[in-house]
Amino acid sequence: MSHGNYSYTPTNALTKWLDARLPIIRFADEHLMQFPTPKNLNYWYTFGGILAFMLVVQIISGVVLAMHYVPHETLAFDSVERIMRDVNYGWLLRYVHANGASMFFIAVYLHIFRAYYYGSYKAPREVLWILGIVIYLLMMATGFLGYTLPWGQMSFWGATVITNFFSAIPLVGESITQWLWGSFAVDNSTLQRFFSLHYLLPFVIAGVVVLHIWALHVPGNNNPLGIDVKGPADTVPFHPYYTTKDLFALVVFVLFFSLFVFFMPNMLGHTDNYVPANRLVTPAHIVPEWYYLPLYAVLRSVPDKLAGVVLMFGAIFVWALVPWLDTSRVRSNNFRPLYRQFFWILMAVILILGYLGAQTADDSNVVVPWTGVELPIGKLLLSQILTIYYFLHFLIITPVVGLWETPLPVPESISKAVLAKKGVSSAPAAAE
Amino acid sequence: MKLKALLAVVLSLATAGIASAEGASATTAKHPEPQTWVWDGVFGKFDRQQLQRGYQVYKEVCAACHSMHLVSFRNLSQPGGPEFTEAQMKTIAASFKVPSLDEKGEVVERNGIPADRFPSPYPNEAAARAANNNAYPPDLSVIIKARHGGPDYVHALLTGYSDAPGNFPLLPGLSYNAYFEGHQIAMPAPLVSDGQVTWAEGNPPATKDQMARDVVAFLTWTAEPKLEERKTLGVQVVLFLLVLSALLYIAYKRLWRDVDH
Repeated sequence: MSHGNYSYTPTNALTKWLDARLPIIRFADEHLMQFPTPKNLNYWYTFGGILAFMLVVQIISGVVLAMHYVPHETLAFDSVERIMRDVNYGWLLRYVHANGASMFFIAVYLHIFRAYYYGSYKAPREVLWILGIVIYLLMMATGFLGYTLPWGQMSFWGATVITNFFSAIPLVGESITQWLWGSFAVDNSTLQRFFSLHYLLPFVIAGVVVLHIWALHVPGNNNPLGIDVKGPADTVPFHPYYTTKDLFALVVFVLFFSLFVFFMPNMLGHTDNYVPANRLVTPAHIVPEWYYLPLYAVLRSVPDKLAGVVLMFGAIFVWALVPWLDTSRVRSNNFRPLYRQFFWILMAVILILGYLGAQTADDSNVVVPWTGVELPIGKLLLSQILTIYYFLHFLIITPVVGLWETPLPVPESISKAVLAKKGVSSAPAAAE
Repeated sequence: MKLKALLAVVLSLATAGIASAEGASATTAKHPEPQTWVWDGVFGKFDRQQLQRGYQVYKEVCAACHSMHLVSFRNLSQPGGPEFTEAQMKTIAASFKVPSLDEKGEVVERNGIPADRFPSPYPNEAAARAANNNAYPPDLSVIIKARHGGPDYVHALLTGYSDAPGNFPLLPGLSYNAYFEGHQIAMPAPLVSDGQVTWAEGNPPATKDQMARDVVAFLTWTAEPKLEERKTLGVQVVLFLLVLSALLYIAYKRLWRDVDH
């Protein structure tokens, strides 16, 4: 994208003086105001801004919660309840923070799948994409660490299950696990370090977000057509065009968020986490938060612990390889009639894996949610089939379909595509 | 249209996770019948009289074995709760003995004051187990949020005691309750007869079901003392955001009117 046509001129003595020393206003003007942005971005592109907002919400609410929270195994649970009862608007802070994590993950999944659908990972945006995967991994770690802090039953047993992943590593696994615990079991030293790391990682995320945006602003935004910007007719300045659109989408998202905070604040949590941690009582059914469920299903689909852990991390890592696994000449699935079908199949597979991840690990058959209909297939077998398909999608289907498929003709430019669309249905377009 | 589709996806993603988590627990317990509660819904509020009756059930029945260590006496007169008068609350506090130290450092008991938490019936877990056939009566402060099914479940449990079916191998010292996981519960039926608690004039008859409903109401409040404040603020926030989003939508559409897109 052309960067030559910015036109910032300091207007008074102070801004001239500052511009010669630290051109921060010039920087903001170029990157937050004038930045040329494709004019055909749809609502799916608003989740980047929503994610930036959610990171700020989580950091601010978290910093205030940390003023009242006590990271000690005998005090943590009650200190959280004290926040709920005696701290001014403590209930609001905690419910915003706890539900905010879920909202953050809803937004990040939609953001990732949007980028995947429109081929935003393809050259020259591979580094942008990989930085996104890094942010997602950091979010997973932060979310897990945060969930342990109330020190309820699910906190404690979730921490036990997750940290035991590392014990699967051959030879040094046990030493690494004990090093993570700071003890011979999950206990107070684990809680204290998890609190410290939970406070640290969001700032690491913020740092990688800066890199992510930097990497975005080198080539500029991709767009639903997946074609490069050809000239000024294809773009609008970021401000005010996308600031208003993003702000509208953000407020609608916050509306959705507030329905959870104010009217069903515990719906996305687990009742067992209102039972204080007890190392002598294992919950009947240990489930992670909803946003880990598909990966949890992959983990459990293999009877061998090491293989399960490798597959689970592989299921995330494989996304980082997508820029090189995708052999197609075009970016957007709008012009890929065949791969588009596989995209939606993958979405369904991930959702079903998520459902299976929430089920008890036994050899019973799959029951269709809401209907109660039992399918003639075991839960474990279905998880295994879907896990195999998941990897096949990336490792085989993606490169093969990219070579084999004939994409639809791609428009010459964004503005021509827009005008062509308007020409087809000129009457309603004129009304708009 | 696009936005609608987007919201639909988000909603279905969210509810799929919840629904699947709910269908998950392998349980033999009978599913509690869904009840209607006055605090349900967006505009739901507690019934003060019901909370006060529920408090009485808690004090006369539950408190014999169960602690409630997260609740202070002062909470009883705060807005959004049973809203006992200040004087009533102080009388309630003074009717409890709480452990303390005198000026010589000797361990003594004194009358409760508003700032005290509800004292526990047993000094520690071992004492509680010793007195209860080795079962530990759980703290009731957040019990409604700590049990799947919440108020419906606790109501069903309190009213769900019955004789064990003939072939059921009930262990000695346990009671049969179809709503309890495994059907054998260490807690004997707490509400045994109508009129077990005597309420002041003007209250409904103290049937077992009414006592159960009222104590569930009280425990819902102890678990979520800011429920009314939360819902009231929530309605205001949602209304504000609806207006704001409408204005922003108009601004967005007007701004983009002259852009071919």
